[in-house]
Amino acid sequence: MSRLQVVSGKGGTGKTTVAAALALALTTQGKRTLLVEVEGRQGIAQLFETEALPYEERKIAVAPGGGEVYALAIDPELALLDYLQMFYKLGSAGRALRKLGAIDFATTIAPGVRDVLLTGKACEAVRRKDKSGRFVYDYVVMDAPPTGRITRFLNVNDEVAGLAKIGPIHHQAQAVMRVLKSPETAVHLVTLLEEMPVQETADGIAELRGARLPVGRVIVNMVRPEVLDASALELVAALPRSSVARALSSAGLGGARRGGHAERLVEPLLAQAEEYAERYALETEQRAVLADLDVPLHELPLLAEGMDLAGLYALARELREQDVS
Amino acid sequence: MSRRPEPAQTHDPARHHLSPTRTLAIDPLIEDPETRIVVCCGSGGVGKTTTAAALGLRAAERGRKVVVLTIDPARRLAQSMGIDSLDNTPRRVKGVDDSAGGELHAMMLDMKRTFDEIVEAHADPERAAAILGNPFYQSLSAGFAGTQEYMAMEKLGQLRSRDEWDLIVVDTPPSRSALDFLDAPKRLGSFLDGKLIRVLLAPAKVGGRAGMKFLNVGMSMMTGVLGKVLGGQLLKDVQTFVAAMDSMFGGFRTRADATYKLLQAPGTAFLVVAAPERDALREAAYFVERLAAEDMPLAGLVLNRVHGSGADRLSAERALAAAENLEDPRIVDQEDGKAGLRNSPETHGSSDSPAASATAGTPAQEAGTPAQDVPGPGSPATADGTEAAEDPERSVDRLTAALLRLHAERMQLLSREQRTRDRFTALHPEVAVTEVAALPGDVHDLTGLRDIGERLAADRPELPETSWHT
Repeated sequence: MSRLQVVSGKGGTGKTTVAAALALALTTQGKRTLLVEVEGRQGIAQLFETEALPYEERKIAVAPGGGEVYALAIDPELALLDYLQMFYKLGSAGRALRKLGAIDFATTIAPGVRDVLLTGKACEAVRRKDKSGRFVYDYVVMDAPPTGRITRFLNVNDEVAGLAKIGPIHHQAQAVMRVLKSPETAVHLVTLLEEMPVQETADGIAELRGARLPVGRVIVNMVRPEVLDASALELVAALPRSSVARALSSAGLGGARRGGHAERLVEPLLAQAEEYAERYALETEQRAVLADLDVPLHELPLLAEGMDLAGLYALARELREQDVS
Repeated sequence: MSRRPEPAQTHDPARHHLSPTRTLAIDPLIEDPETRIVVCCGSGGVGKTTTAAALGLRAAERGRKVVVLTIDPARRLAQSMGIDSLDNTPRRVKGVDDSAGGELHAMMLDMKRTFDEIVEAHADPERAAAILGNPFYQSLSAGFAGTQEYMAMEKLGQLRSRDEWDLIVVDTPPSRSALDFLDAPKRLGSFLDGKLIRVLLAPAKVGGRAGMKFLNVGMSMMTGVLGKVLGGQLLKDVQTFVAAMDSMFGGFRTRADATYKLLQAPGTAFLVVAAPERDALREAAYFVERLAAEDMPLAGLVLNRVHGSGADRLSAERALAAAENLEDPRIVDQEDGKAGLRNSPETHGSSDSPAASATAGTPAQEAGTPAQDVPGPGSPATADGTEAAEDPERSVDRLTAALLRLHAERMQLLSREQRTRDRFTALHPEVAVTEVAALPGDVHDLTGLRDIGERLAADRPELPETSWHT
């Protein structure tokens, strides 16, 4: 099992939720996982219903079974200062750099430096050991940038290594790339059973493979329950309206006569079934596209009550049952 | 019948009363000749690009000459507008109804090309070549953090200054956060104003005799540190780049400032796009606050993918209870209303009720079927196979039960969307909202975009015909 689990996905597919659920699922008894956020959106804090995360690793949850989940929101500026401090003992020079706008420059404008810092911090956590030589974190789960940018984000170290042909950034970038391209890492993509996210997932996988980054799993999120299967849908389409009205009426929903309450339910209910059928057909198509990707597939259900902390734990259980951990 | 509670009693009255008081009227906005720029912003995956394209098409078919600037459209959406070739120039979209005298043009932003064009336009050929060949420039322009935002702003400024279009509809980049688009000009400005530029420029000028004047001890230490961190060769690339760009920086800032002011001007309208989901609306609320803080003119919120139901007076609970009722034959048989209704004169003549009289004969052996399980007719409810063929009426009951479960699911979705939306409305009652009913699939062609346009302009989402009102 890879120790660095990178979770990406098209915007709106719930990648932060899946990353958090995955962190909980991996953290079985006695284990410790670090969940990192790199986009400064404080999505993890919102999910776990806590205050905004500082640039500091702190315990955020106890997983089912007793493992501990820590969380960290990586701030590129602080990570750079951290890094400078670690390697150059800069002290006040770091502050002076900031005054000059150099930190701003390095973290927002200088190509790739920001991404090296973010991935570098995650890789550092993966490799960190305690005094007894044991890994501090069994797993590091990263809530990464969306599918459209993931390959460039992870591969940026390569680009920086090409740009900075010598020097510490170059070495740092190469060290990070060694972790990212090894089996120590798995990049998962979250999708919905809709055309655009599935297409992006397919493109994303091709890009990751092209860059020789390790593709992990595809997690289909927010899967709606199958209320009617294909053959039932055919029968529904052929149902005589009057018999539906009578059945509704017999179930206590009013009169089946023309204009009766039950009778007036028939059209809207059948219209909804038609929409369902259309979506069902689209979903079947998209499932086939995903199956062709040759990547392990997992499905997580849509939570009827919306996402909350209880829902997050439910998704984590689901992932454990599907042997993602 | 009369003993049963009226469905209206189970209907949640809050659903309508908490609806936003302000409705965003799309047509007056896009038809108004004063409206020159519409910016669609919001978090990823909420249909921003589709909304921008649909607005552009609608405005064009209502007589305006429109250009839609998209940043990163899904392939099939781009194809639907005929802009799958990425050449950074607006192309006229075919198939648009131009009877009102309008035109639709569309383009996809190529940020590297945009950057190159700026360099080519503002530097002499020799210097331009030096910049374009600089490794630092090459990777900067190929799309690292922020470049897309700067270039989107540049392109918007360019399109506006050409004054060829009545209306420019902009789709914002899929940013890491919604703020980047607004921050880009300022950040660029503060960077260019900063001392860093001078520090970076200084060593490059050291070759000249005046160079030393700029270099005090602190600065040489800084370049020393930068050299250490970035590596000497990269620093040299950056310095050469900055030196070459030196004369152009002023122009960059002037244009960025001008675009920023353009966004604040009355001719601009921001539309925040969201879906009725917690994260998307949280981001939308954030964006609304941010636009207000920046004095940017917000026209309203476009709430995409809103679900409705033609039977929204039948609550999820009642639908589920009725479904269970239908799935359990013993209960059904006890329903006195059933026989009476099925023998009512009105239904007698219908040809589709051959099994109506067989009700009493239905064995109760299916009673053990779990109510949750709604098997298709291919798999009769009797798991033990004691019943070979399914009674047609049982089939109708079970399918009807499934219809009711489908409805219950829909109603749960509706109330969840409503709750999320109410939270937003409570926070920002001043924001006008237009809702767009959810479509089962994606949009692939102009017909689909036109349909979205209709939905955008309609006061309320188009729902299946409501037939429950008494």
